[in-house]
Amino acid sequence: MSIDLSQFFEVFFEESFEGLDAMEAELLNLVPGEEDLETINTIFRAAHSIKGGSGTFGFSSVADFTHVLETLLDQIREGSRDLTAEHVNLLLKSVDCLRALLRALQAEQQPDLTEADELRVKFEEILGMRAASKAPEQAPETVRESSFNTYQIDFKPHHHLFKTGNEPLYMISELAELGELETQAFQDDVPDITNLAPEDCFLSWRFFLTTDKEQSCIEEIFEWVEDDADITITLCGGLFGDEEDVAVETVAEEAAPAQEAEPAVVKAAIDPKKPAPVKAATANAESTSIRVGIDKVDSLINMVGELVITQAMLSQLGEQEITEATIASLQEGLAQLAHNTRDLQENVMRIRMLPISFVFSRFPRLVRDISQKLDKQVELKLLGEQTELDKTVMEKLSDPMVHLVRNSLDHGLETVDKRVAAGKNPVGTVTLNSFHQGGNIVIEIMDDGQGLNTTKIREKAIKNGLISETDDLSDNEINELIFLPGFSTADQVSDLSGRGVGMDVVRRNIEALSGSVEVASAPGVGSTFTIRLPLTLAILDGQLVRIAEHTYIIPLISIIESLQIDISKVSRVGKDLDVLRLRDEYIPILRLYNIFNHKGAIETLDKTLLVVVESDNQKVGLLVDDLLSQQQVVIKSLEANYQKVDGVSGATILGDGRVSLIVDISGLIKLSGLRKPGSQELIIESKANLEAS
Amino acid sequence: MIAQHDDLHHKLNLEQDQDVKQFLTFFMAEEEYGVDILTVQEIRSWEEITVIPNSPDFVKGVINLRGTIVPIIDLRLRFGISAIEYGPLTVVIVLKVKLENACKIMGIAVDAVSDVYSIAEHEAKAVPHLSDSDNAQFVAGLVNVGEKMVALLDLQKTMDI
Amino acid sequence: MKRILAVDDSASMRQMVGFTLKKAGFDVTEAKDGSEALNIAKQQSFDAVISDVNMPVMDGITLIRELRSLPNYKFTPLLMLTTESGLDKKSEGKAAGATGWIVKPFNPEQLLAVLKKVIR
Repeated sequence: MSIDLSQFFEVFFEESFEGLDAMEAELLNLVPGEEDLETINTIFRAAHSIKGGSGTFGFSSVADFTHVLETLLDQIREGSRDLTAEHVNLLLKSVDCLRALLRALQAEQQPDLTEADELRVKFEEILGMRAASKAPEQAPETVRESSFNTYQIDFKPHHHLFKTGNEPLYMISELAELGELETQAFQDDVPDITNLAPEDCFLSWRFFLTTDKEQSCIEEIFEWVEDDADITITLCGGLFGDEEDVAVETVAEEAAPAQEAEPAVVKAAIDPKKPAPVKAATANAESTSIRVGIDKVDSLINMVGELVITQAMLSQLGEQEITEATIASLQEGLAQLAHNTRDLQENVMRIRMLPISFVFSRFPRLVRDISQKLDKQVELKLLGEQTELDKTVMEKLSDPMVHLVRNSLDHGLETVDKRVAAGKNPVGTVTLNSFHQGGNIVIEIMDDGQGLNTTKIREKAIKNGLISETDDLSDNEINELIFLPGFSTADQVSDLSGRGVGMDVVRRNIEALSGSVEVASAPGVGSTFTIRLPLTLAILDGQLVRIAEHTYIIPLISIIESLQIDISKVSRVGKDLDVLRLRDEYIPILRLYNIFNHKGAIETLDKTLLVVVESDNQKVGLLVDDLLSQQQVVIKSLEANYQKVDGVSGATILGDGRVSLIVDISGLIKLSGLRKPGSQELIIESKANLEAS
Repeated sequence: MIAQHDDLHHKLNLEQDQDVKQFLTFFMAEEEYGVDILTVQEIRSWEEITVIPNSPDFVKGVINLRGTIVPIIDLRLRFGISAIEYGPLTVVIVLKVKLENACKIMGIAVDAVSDVYSIAEHEAKAVPHLSDSDNAQFVAGLVNVGEKMVALLDLQKTMDI
Repeated sequence: MKRILAVDDSASMRQMVGFTLKKAGFDVTEAKDGSEALNIAKQQSFDAVISDVNMPVMDGITLIRELRSLPNYKFTPLLMLTTESGLDKKSEGKAAGATGWIVKPFNPEQLLAVLKKVIR
């Protein structure tokens, strides 16, 4: 019976990646000289598991590489070797290397072993091994033509043999499988019944085995009980009776020393199949499975139970005659159904939610490596790690966050000298914080560095033609310019961040998640980047609105208020922009029918409704003909079969089966031309004018 | 009688031919067009459509196909022929088209569905260069079916919007 | 049906061992460390125990030692899963009362062949 081992691969990969994460986390905590045994053991066990599993499942490259790690760790945990910082660095590099190897194997590609081999050589040097001596192999069996020999085997178990769990009967059975067996049993030692200790073994045997198998096969059968029995194996000449006193050692001898010929290292070099360079694209292996806490599953089971009860109740009602009373009960039942459905839905969404610690956890390593590289002292603080968010959102959040943190380390935090000169703590602090706010999750990346250099940004923006000399922008608005494409104010383009492809990509990636990112900064004090993301990508609370004969949906969460326009408070700014004075703010009015090019909508302001919404800290008013109902909608993709539409974030299917489009406020603002710095200035100028008048 | 026999004979011969494919044909502006039947997912009657703002005129909008959002193309406008009012008699053919590296489901609004024919692709002649150069790109070839001429649509080009 | 307790902190190993043994007609219970295994062993009876050595909470050798002291498990085959580099572990294991060992890495066939020595 052969078993297909590939069914266990995915579990092995997942647990190995987790093991590597654990190794890394513990390694980062290690201080040579002060290490505690439990930490070392955890690291050892992780490496040991990966080695065992990879060997079992046939990933020999991983097994061979992990072997040296395990050997070093074993020596350290035994105390025969002291841990040094070099070891820690080497082990950390190995973790990276193993991750890459496993990812390649998981993607069923040929792993690139160059780094692994380089690292392994370093380990071997430390361990004083010239060649990676693999496990003592079986003594190379000298190939003899199969000739039959007869062996005499004397087997006298010690009294306690049974207590080792071994069973002589099975051993004899195995012996019989090797060839022709003749057995003589001796009961001489068996005491009489009054003295018989039932748990002890008093029997002994003499076997004559005629077989063409090697003697080692016989020895193997008794391998486990060598110390618990007297065993002699003698080769007889042909038929039993003649005893040549060869007195062969029964103990499995130490295998011949491993061949000096460098095994795996050379193998990798000779390997004809050149390892295909692992494509950068595969680096982002999004896992297709998710771990769910049992409590969430139990919750779901309860909800479904409630749902079934409600359904049964409604079903029963449906079979009755329709009377006033049944209608009332039906309505009650339907309300109950709505409640159950909502509960179920919320709970299912919760399954995709994972704590943000999964994303935060890659930063200790990142910060350590980069701060070492930049020769800066940095302390990383993580807050709100238990804040939950959707798994897909989290996976896509990782890269933008990495960029922002790198940015803080590279451009935000000053060197130790500069910090001391400025009277600051030589150790800079980067803080990652996360919390829920409204229907969003907020992630803050704060540093106590030098803050954004507003002057420099302004200069660069002018140089790049993004704004003009005469533009009057607030400091905050100037800072926001860094998110525009083609921007970089680094003195030299450092290879970490600052090539000018960074910030705008960050913003775009976050906006692709229907989120927003903004920056606040104070010179000499530090900067804070704030990312806001919707908690879920799939379901939305929407306000249905009508424009001409078309129904659109505005995300409820973005709506601040809806009102009828007081014409006396509307002023025209520039060529064709109307703004409404609302309390102490000026809200630009976006004529959706214009932006969407729909005919037949109401154009006179006093007969329409204005829905004031907010996006990216900007308030605008959307002009609609009418407000319809509010409902929860499931977001459907337009891109799947069509394409991305400007000003529209997605589509949904209403209760009557019609398709309705969901507006993308940020996109609408762009379409209307309001986003351009020029028009910002226009508003400010007009604000000033209006105030003056 | 003889003509029918020839027709049938031709058809039978065709079906034994290796590169014979089945095509669903339909009418649009009094011309007959054909699409590979393997791309046809279903045929629907005209239903309420949701307009996509700022889309090309030949994109009439999207419909709900059992939970999936599917765009509907007005083939007349795609071909630059004047549009007609669509109503209960209009037919929508829902197609599954392989574009770039993705399979998209899209529908085309046509006047009426005609028939299913077995056509040997090698018998399709290229569109003469003199004709409507704009629309020629949408037609993979012209083929004779009995007495009439059917234009086989190149879906890759037609549906690439 | 004979019952086997399989102990390993690696899920993939547990799955592989469990699958292999079940296919061979054994009833298999899994545990992820020595402590969990000991609790299970005290509440149920098994005809054999296979355990990894390196595990958190309670390692394999301690588990074997504990099991041997239980009257029910005096004669039960207790097998260790060990890697080649653990030659000294073998003697430590035997001293704790292990019946024998299976060397990692092993494939399903090897597992069953070794098992035959002590349980059928």
